[in-house]
Amino acid sequence: MKKLLISVGCALSLVAGQALADKWDTVRIAVDVPYEPFEYKKPDGTLTGFEVELGNAACEEIKAKCEWIVQAWDGIIPGLLARKYDAIMSSMSITAERAEKVLFSEGYYNTPTAWFGKKENASLDVTSKDALNGKTIGVQRGTVQDNYATENFGSVADIKRYSTADDLVLDLQGGRLDVVVLDFPVGEQTIMNDDKYDQIGERFQLGEGIGMAFRKRDKELAAKFNAALDKLKKNGTYDTIMKKYFTYDIKI
Amino acid sequence: MEWLEQILSSNSVFKLSTFVEYWGGLTQTVQLVFLSLVIGLLLSFPLALMRSSDNPYLSRPVWLFTYVFRGTPLIVQLYLIYYGSSFTLQDTFLWPVFKEAFYPALIAFVLNTAAYTTEILRGAIVTTPRGEIEAAKAYGMSWWKRTHRIIVPSAFRRALPAYSNEVIFMLHASAIASTVTILDLTGAAYNIYSRYYAPFEAFIFVAFVYLLISFSIIYLFKHLENKMMAHMKPAEAK
Repeated sequence: MKKLLISVGCALSLVAGQALADKWDTVRIAVDVPYEPFEYKKPDGTLTGFEVELGNAACEEIKAKCEWIVQAWDGIIPGLLARKYDAIMSSMSITAERAEKVLFSEGYYNTPTAWFGKKENASLDVTSKDALNGKTIGVQRGTVQDNYATENFGSVADIKRYSTADDLVLDLQGGRLDVVVLDFPVGEQTIMNDDKYDQIGERFQLGEGIGMAFRKRDKELAAKFNAALDKLKKNGTYDTIMKKYFTYDIKI
Repeated sequence: MEWLEQILSSNSVFKLSTFVEYWGGLTQTVQLVFLSLVIGLLLSFPLALMRSSDNPYLSRPVWLFTYVFRGTPLIVQLYLIYYGSSFTLQDTFLWPVFKEAFYPALIAFVLNTAAYTTEILRGAIVTTPRGEIEAAKAYGMSWWKRTHRIIVPSAFRRALPAYSNEVIFMLHASAIASTVTILDLTGAAYNIYSRYYAPFEAFIFVAFVYLLISFSIIYLFKHLENKMMAHMKPAEAK
């Protein structure tokens, strides 16, 4: 028993010592690939994408070496807590539920939200309750757009929720939905390539955006990245990287 | 009651609004299942008679129908009718009906349960004891008279246990209606799951609701069987 206690104590002091000694020369960052254009592999196998380039630039700022670790999405938060890596930079939306488990950086991007529908509905005023009265609105279940539509138009319109964007697009094309409200890049890829459909109204921002996630005790590391990202946003590096991948603004 | 209050106050999932949503789901599920069973059963009587007829022009088409609808998954039938109708009927007078997800689902469920029930009834019809039919003929009953007085009632009684299974299968199969945006019990659970990130609570609750409906159905059929099969029971010792 005594031996066990001693060995446990030794192990604990080792772990504690390591945590204190962390100078963050290398930072291991988890990413779930592929999620184009944010993170994906080039034909030669190297990682690239908007978030990977932005992450590398941020690491340069804090004078650390970035090590990217590919991790599947459903295990990405448990892996962080189990110290398999030190941060997550994988298009993770900042939500209150996740914030109970991890420490988020400031948001570093947010894709805009937009309404889509048939071209003949293009003049519809999608910000007005009256215009959407009695319409059937499609959303992806559990997204910020779902919350937005439910809160603002749930009382006057019929809101249909779908598990995947594909099912939703099928019902829009099938004529069962009048308008849909979606993450703009998703709608751009799935709806806009058919010329009978178009974006309705202006693009707008919803939610707190996407942030890096850290373990709650690594406040120092999070602060470093916050400062680095802030600098990149101001000195133009962010815009250069963004323009390589996007034709629209995702900066927040 | 104290434990109940404690549970209600200590969780963030089961609020009044949640129960309202589940209640809406319950009414959708019951409506959909009840309507499809009633229509399906009504359809299956003539179909089963045709299916057990000696005339191949009557029996073969019904055989094909039951073969197709028992040979493919219900979810595939639902998708075919739901998405198929949106691409073929969109410009016809039928579209206002098919536009609502409820009716394509109802049609799929009716056809599916009619196919199974037809085969259940047909099995009972062809095993009607010869003596019953001979007796009916000896009384000089016409085909129609002996069918609706002797064969169908007798077959229905014997088909009852198998049919109760079909009813319960139908209840459970109705969960797939949620895949075409119908807010049935399962659809309500999906919404609550995604709103509170609480899959376990959301689904364990509907599991209990489904169990409760299943038990009521089983109880009802038990009662019905006791009543309709009273003549088959062994005589009690005096």
